[in-house]
Amino acid sequence: MSSSSAFNEEKGGSSSVGEPEYGHDPASGGIFSSDYKRHDDLKEMLDSNKDSLKLEAMKRIVAMIARGKNASDLFPAVVKNVACKNIEVKKLVYVYLVRYAEEQQDLALLSISTFQRGLKDPNQLIRASALRVLSSIRVTIIVPIMMLAIKEAASDMSPYVRKTAAHAIPKLYSLDPEQKDQLIEVIEKLLADKTTLVAGSVVMAFEEVCPERIDLIHKNYRKLCNLLIDVEEWGQVVIINMLTRYARTQFLNPNINESLLEEGGGGEKTFYGSDEDEDEDEEEKEKKAEAAAMAKRKPYVMDPDHRLLLRNTKPLLQSRNAAVVMAVAQLYFHLAPKAEVGVIAKALVRLLRSHSEVQYVVLQNVATMTIKRRGMFEPYLKSFYIRSTDPTQIKILKLEVLTNLANETNISTILREFQTYIKSMDKDFVAATIQAIGRCATNIGEVRDTCLNGLVQLLSNRDELVVAESVVVIKKLLQMQPEKHSDIIKHMAKLTDNIQVPMARASILWLIGEYCEHVPKIAPDVLRKMAKSFTNEEDIVKLQILNLAAKLYLTNSKQTKLLTQYVLNLAKYDQNYDIRDRARFIRQLIVPTEKSGALSKYAKKLFLALKPAPVLESPFKDRDHFQLGSLSHLLNAKAGGYQELPDWPESAPDPSVRNVEVPEWTKCSSREKRKEKKVEKPFYSDSEGESGPTESADSESDSASGSESGSGSEGSGSASESEESGEVSVSEEEEGEEEEKKTKKRELKKAVQESESEQSSEEEDRKHERKMKQRKSDSESESDEEEESESESSQSESDDSESEAEVRKKKKAAESKPPSKPVKKETKKEKKEMSLLDLDDFEPAPSPQVTPVNNLLSNSLVTDLEGLSLSEAVLSPATIAPSSALKSYELLHRITGEGLSVEYCFSRQPFSPDANMVAVQMQFTNSSTSDTKNLHMEDVKLQSGMRVKDFPEIESLPAGETATAVMGIDFCDSTQAANFQLCTHTRKFFVSIQPPVGELMRPVFLTENEFKKEQGQLMGMNEITEKLTLDAKCRNEHTIVQRVTTAANLSRVPCGSDRECSLSNVPVKCSLNVSLLVTSRVTIYRSTRSSGLGLAIQVLERVILRSLGTAGQKCTITKGKKPD
Amino acid sequence: MIHSLFLINASGDIFLEKHWKSVVSRSVCDYFFEAQERATEPENVPPVIPTPHHYLISVLRHRIYFVAVIQSEVPPLFVIEFLHRVVDTFQDYFGVCTEAAIKDNVVVVYELLEEMLDNGFPLATESNILKELIKPPTILRTMVNTITGSTNVGEQLPTGQLSVVPWRRTGVKYTNNEAYFDVVEEIDAIIDKSGSTITAEIQGVIDACVKLTGMPDLTLSFMNPRLLDDVSFHPCVRFKRWEAERILSFIPPDGNFRLLSYHVSSQNLVAIPVYVKHNITFREGSSQGRFDLTLGPKQTMGKAVESVLVSSQLPRGVLNANLNPSQGTYTFDPVTKLLTWDVGKINPQKLPSLKGTMNLQAGASKPDENPTINIQFKIQQMAISGTQLHTHPHTLQLQSQSSSSQLTTA
Repeated sequence: MSSSSAFNEEKGGSSSVGEPEYGHDPASGGIFSSDYKRHDDLKEMLDSNKDSLKLEAMKRIVAMIARGKNASDLFPAVVKNVACKNIEVKKLVYVYLVRYAEEQQDLALLSISTFQRGLKDPNQLIRASALRVLSSIRVTIIVPIMMLAIKEAASDMSPYVRKTAAHAIPKLYSLDPEQKDQLIEVIEKLLADKTTLVAGSVVMAFEEVCPERIDLIHKNYRKLCNLLIDVEEWGQVVIINMLTRYARTQFLNPNINESLLEEGGGGEKTFYGSDEDEDEDEEEKEKKAEAAAMAKRKPYVMDPDHRLLLRNTKPLLQSRNAAVVMAVAQLYFHLAPKAEVGVIAKALVRLLRSHSEVQYVVLQNVATMTIKRRGMFEPYLKSFYIRSTDPTQIKILKLEVLTNLANETNISTILREFQTYIKSMDKDFVAATIQAIGRCATNIGEVRDTCLNGLVQLLSNRDELVVAESVVVIKKLLQMQPEKHSDIIKHMAKLTDNIQVPMARASILWLIGEYCEHVPKIAPDVLRKMAKSFTNEEDIVKLQILNLAAKLYLTNSKQTKLLTQYVLNLAKYDQNYDIRDRARFIRQLIVPTEKSGALSKYAKKLFLALKPAPVLESPFKDRDHFQLGSLSHLLNAKAGGYQELPDWPESAPDPSVRNVEVPEWTKCSSREKRKEKKVEKPFYSDSEGESGPTESADSESDSASGSESGSGSEGSGSASESEESGEVSVSEEEEGEEEEKKTKKRELKKAVQESESEQSSEEEDRKHERKMKQRKSDSESESDEEEESESESSQSESDDSESEAEVRKKKKAAESKPPSKPVKKETKKEKKEMSLLDLDDFEPAPSPQVTPVNNLLSNSLVTDLEGLSLSEAVLSPATIAPSSALKSYELLHRITGEGLSVEYCFSRQPFSPDANMVAVQMQFTNSSTSDTKNLHMEDVKLQSGMRVKDFPEIESLPAGETATAVMGIDFCDSTQAANFQLCTHTRKFFVSIQPPVGELMRPVFLTENEFKKEQGQLMGMNEITEKLTLDAKCRNEHTIVQRVTTAANLSRVPCGSDRECSLSNVPVKCSLNVSLLVTSRVTIYRSTRSSGLGLAIQVLERVILRSLGTAGQKCTITKGKKPD
Repeated sequence: MIHSLFLINASGDIFLEKHWKSVVSRSVCDYFFEAQERATEPENVPPVIPTPHHYLISVLRHRIYFVAVIQSEVPPLFVIEFLHRVVDTFQDYFGVCTEAAIKDNVVVVYELLEEMLDNGFPLATESNILKELIKPPTILRTMVNTITGSTNVGEQLPTGQLSVVPWRRTGVKYTNNEAYFDVVEEIDAIIDKSGSTITAEIQGVIDACVKLTGMPDLTLSFMNPRLLDDVSFHPCVRFKRWEAERILSFIPPDGNFRLLSYHVSSQNLVAIPVYVKHNITFREGSSQGRFDLTLGPKQTMGKAVESVLVSSQLPRGVLNANLNPSQGTYTFDPVTKLLTWDVGKINPQKLPSLKGTMNLQAGASKPDENPTINIQFKIQQMAISGTQLHTHPHTLQLQSQSSSSQLTTA
C-alpha cells in the first residue's frame, strides 16, 4: 500500500484513512474510507427492494474494489443479491463475489446453488456465464461441483458453453492440481472439437495443464492447422506457439543439410585478422563435403504436414495483431527451410511502425534473428535508422540491429549514419554508438583503420563522455594490433591531463602499461604525473596506476624504481582494502627481497604476458536457444512455465499418428493402402500422406509453368523466387482451396461454417465459368494429363517418388472392389479440372509472344557482334542471346482490365528513337467480347529525370486478338516505377512499370584487351569476388553465361581462354564488369558509386550471384579470400 | 496469462486495480516505480520488468501506465497488444482515455475489463460485441439511467460471439445506408542537412465507417494494388481473395474500424511535399547565434499544406531565442530548450519564415551540434503514394471519399 496515502491526498482530502466522517453524504468520496461502520448505509441500500438503490450500492462497492479498498465486510449483504433479477446488479455481484469468495469461503457457498441452477438454464449464454463465475470462485470445497459442471459443459450443444468450459479448466487446475488426470480427459475431448470458437481456448488450457502431453495433438494437428485462420487472434497466438513446439518433435529439420554449413559459417566472423583461417577453411571444406555426402545419402523431403503448417500460417503475417505476426515469425524462424524464412522480415519491419512497446519487443527479436540470418534483414537496413524522436531504449536496440547487419558492402553507409548519431544530445545513445563503431571495426577488418581514425578524432570532442567512451573502445581495438599505433597511444597519453572520467583514465593507463615498450619515453612521465595525483583518483584508476608502475618497474627499473616505491607506499595506506592488497601483492612480486620466492622470477611473465584481444560480441548472441517471441527470450532468463523448444528429432516419428479416423469408407481404404506401403518402403510415405494429391497437383502446376516459360529449371526457379509473380500465388490459392475441399470431405459431419460456405459458393461460381471453358477443351485435357504425368516422372526425385506412389495408388484402385471406382474417378476428374484451369486460366504468359522478340534480339546481337569481332568466331549466338530469359510481367490483369490484359517484357533491343531509353515491349490481349478502340497512354507520372516515349496508338483491337507495341522509358538509372494511364475508348487504367535492375543496363561490346584494361582500373574497393560452389549441372560455361545474362542485360566479351569468360556492360554513368571463371570464381568490378546507382549496383550484384546460386540445388555461396 | 492490471498515473498513484485470478498485492508495483525512477524519460521505462515472483509488462498511453502482472511465461507482445486494445476500447467508449474519464466511469471500466478477460485470457475484445454487452455511456443515457434506474448493461446477451463473424453484431438496421472510407497516409522521412532524403517511407491506413443494414458483403479494389508493399488487415478481410486477385472482400463490423494498413516501400522514392531552408549558426567567441528557417511547399499537386508544426531541440548552451515569425506563433522553453513553431497553413506566394537571434550562455563554447528539426503537416485530399480505391457499383455505393495525409519529418 505504498501509494495509498498519496492517493487519498490526491483525492482532495475529502477523507483520510482511519478518520471516519459520520453523517457525510454517501454520494461523496467519503465512502471510500475503509471504516466498517461507514458501510451501514450501503448495507441498507442492498437490503432494500428497489433495484435502483441496490445498483447504486453495488456501483459504489465496485468502485471501492477498483481502488483497492477492502470491502470484504459487506460480503453477507452482497451475496444475498446473487439471485437478483436486474442484470447489472447481478453482474456487479458476480464481480464482488469473485473478488472476495476466497476470503469468505463459507459464505460463498450460499451462492453456489444459484449457479448450479444457472448451469441448467435453456439459454446458452446464461449457462456459460454461470459456469464462468462458478469456476472463478476459488473455494476448494466446490472442486467436485466444478469438475462435474466442466464435464457437463464440455459436451454441451452450444460451442460457446464449450469454450467457457475450456476456460474453466485451468482455473480448476490451479485450484486443485490433483484433478489433472480428469481434466486431461476433458481437454482431450475438447481438442477434438471442430469449431473455431473452442480451438483457441482449449489449446490455452492444454498449455497450462498438460503441455507435455504432445500425443493429444496428433489427431487434431491437421484440423488445427486448417482452422487456424478463422480462430480469433488471441487463440491464434497460443495455437501457433504450441504447434511450433509440436513440429519440433515430429518433423525433421528442413535445414539439416545446411545446419552443418551454418556452423562453419559461424567461423567466418573470426576469419578476419586471425591467422588460423586457412585451417578453418579446410575444416569448413571438410564439413561441407561431409554435409554434401550426407545430403546425397539422405535427401530431405518435407513432411506434408510440416508444409501444411507453414502454408496455413503464412497469411497470418498479415494480421493486424502484432502478437500474431510475431508468433508466425518465430514459427518460420524455428521451422521453415532457410530459403523461406525471408518472408517474415517484411512483416516484422512493419511492426516497427507500431507503439514503442511493440517496437521494443520486436527489435529484441530482430536483433537475435540478425545474428543467425543476417541476409534476411539486409534489404530493410534503412528501416532501422534511428529517428530523433525514438526513446533511448529503442535507439539502442536499433543500433544493435544495425551493427549486426553491418558487412563489407554496407559498412560505409552505416558508419556515415553512426557519425550523425554521435552528434545526438542523448548521451547514453552516443556512448552506445561509439561501442557499436568498435564492434563494427572488430567484425569487419577492412574498416578497422577508418573506424580507429574516426574514434581518435572523437578524442578531441568537447564532450567528455564521448571522449571517455572512445578511449575505452580504442583500447579494445588497439589490443588487436598495437605495433602499428604507437602514435595513437601517445596521443592518448596526453589526454590524461584532461579526461576526468575514471573508466577512460584507467583504460589509458592500462594501454600505456601494456605497451610501454612502444612508448618508452612517455610512460615514465605519465607515471610521474599519476603518482602526484594518486590520492585523488578513483579506485579503478588507482589500481591501474599500480599496474602501470609494476609494469614499468619490470621493463625500465632505472627510471621508475623510486616512483614505483612511492606509489606502492601510498597504496599501502589507502582506505580501500583492494588497493592495499594489490600493493602488497605487487611489492612481493616485483621487488626482490631475500624472502621472495620462486614467483618473483616469473614476475615479468606474469605482468607482461600476451593478453588475448577482447572479442566484442553482441549481447544477443546466444539468445536463440529460447523460443523467439517468448518472455524468456526477452529477459534472457528462463521464466516460470517456459516450455523448452525441443531439438529436431534424428529421425521422424511415425507420421501416421496424425491420420484421423473418418467414417467415410473410401478414405479408410486409402489409408489402409498407405499403411501397406509403409511396410514396403517407409520412406515414400513421408512425401505422400493424406495431402498427397495436393502435393502432386502442386508440382504439376509448377512444371507446367516451367515448361511454358522455356527451360524448365529456369522458369520454376525464378517463379518460386519472385513472390510477386501472379502465377505462384494463384497456384497457392488453388492449393488452399483444394485443401479446404479435402477437409470438408474428410469431415463430412462438420458443421459447415458460414464463411467457408460463402467461399465455396464463390468457388462454385467460378467453377461454372471454368466448366464452360472446359467443355471446349475437353479433348485437350486428355492429352494434357498424359503429358503431365510424363513430365512429372522426369522431374526431380521427390516428384518422382510421388508419381510412383500415384501409380501404385492407381493400381490399387484398379484392384480394389468396384464400388470404389466411381469415387476415385471423381477425384481424378477434379484434379484434372484443377490443372486444366491452371493452364488456361492462370497462365498469363502465352509463349508465341515471346519468340519473335527473341529472334529479333538474337539476330541483332549476332550482327552487332559480327561487326565487332569477326575473328573471334568462338561465340555461337546461343551463348549470348538470353533466349529463354525474357521474362514477361503483367501490366494489367484480365479481371481488372475488364477483358483487356497487357503484359510487357524488356526486349533488350536498342530503342531506336532514343538510345538512353529501355525498350519495353507490350502485348495487348483482348479477351472480352467487344472490340477495344483507341488504345493509348496518357497522364504519365514520373520521377524527375525520367522520360517516356509513348507507344503508337492502337486504333482497334478486335475481341480475342492480340497486338504488340514498343515503348521506350528512360528510367534514369533508378528502379523507380513509371506510372501512367492506359486508355481505351471507354476506360482508363492506372498501370506502372518497374524495371528489374538488370534491365537498366546496356551491354557494351569490348574486346578482351579493352576489358582487361577497364578491369585493371577497377581494382580494390570496386571489386567484389565471390566464391561459388556450383553443382555439376551448371559447371559448364554456357549455362553460367546464360544464367547471368538472364539476370542482367550484359554481353559477353570474347576471350581466348576457354576457362574464363567475361561479361561487360556500361550503362549511362557507371560501368560494371563481370568476369567469370568457369572454375568457380565470380568477380564483379564496378565503378565508384554514384548516388542512386550505387544501391542499384549492389542489388544487381546480388541478383547476378543469386542467378548462379539458386540454380543449382545444393549450391552455396561462401565469401572468402580470392583464390589464387 | 494476465494476472492483474494496475493503472498508474503520471504522478505515480495507482488509481485502479483489477485482478483476474487471486489477488496480487499492489506492492508489486514498487518494482515498477524503481524502474521508473531509473529511467530518465517516461517512455524509457522498460516494457518488461522482472520481479522475484512476477513479471510486469507495461504500456504508456495518454500519460497513464497500464501495468499488467504476469506470473508465468507468456509472449510479451500478447500482453502488450492486449493492453493497447484495452486503451483503444476505453477511447472508443469515453472519447478520451484520461485518468479523469476512467475514474468517472469506473464501473463501466470494471465491467469492460471483466468481459475482456476471463482468467487472464482474452475473451471478447471486439468493440461490436462489447458494445452489445455494455452500452457506452452518453449524456442522454446517463440522465435516463439516473431517472429510470435502468442500466448500461445490455438486456440481451450478445449473439455475435456465437457467430462465425464475431466482429459484427447481428440485426443491424439503418434507414440511410452509407459507408465512408478514409485513406490516411503518413510519410516518415529522415532528411539530412543538405536536403537529400536518407530514408522515407509511406505508411497508410484505410479507416472505414460502415453503416449498412444486415450482413453486407463488400468488395473493394485498388486502382494500383502493386503499389502496396506490405499490408495488414482487419480480421474480417478474406486473405485468399486478396492473395489471388488483390481484391478486398469482407463483411464489415458495424461502425468505425480500421480496414487495413499498408506500407509503401522505401524503394520507391518518395517525393517529400515540403522543403526547409535552414541556416543556424553560432559564432565562436560571441554569445549570439543566428537562426533562419524558411518553409516551402514542393510537389503538392496544388493542394494546400496545413497544420504545419515545426519543433527543434536547440543545443543546451542556448539561453534564449529572440525570433520573428512571418506567420504563426513560436514558443521556446528555456528549460527543455525545445523550440516549437506553429505555422499553420503554408502560402506558396509568401513563404513562412522564422528569423532572429539566439542568446548563448556567456562564456560557454560554441555548441557544435546541428539541431534536428521536426516538421509535421497535413495535406487534405492527397495520397502521397497515389493509392486509389476502385468502386464497385454493384456491391457498394461509396457515398464519399476523402483522404488526408500527414507527414513527419525528422
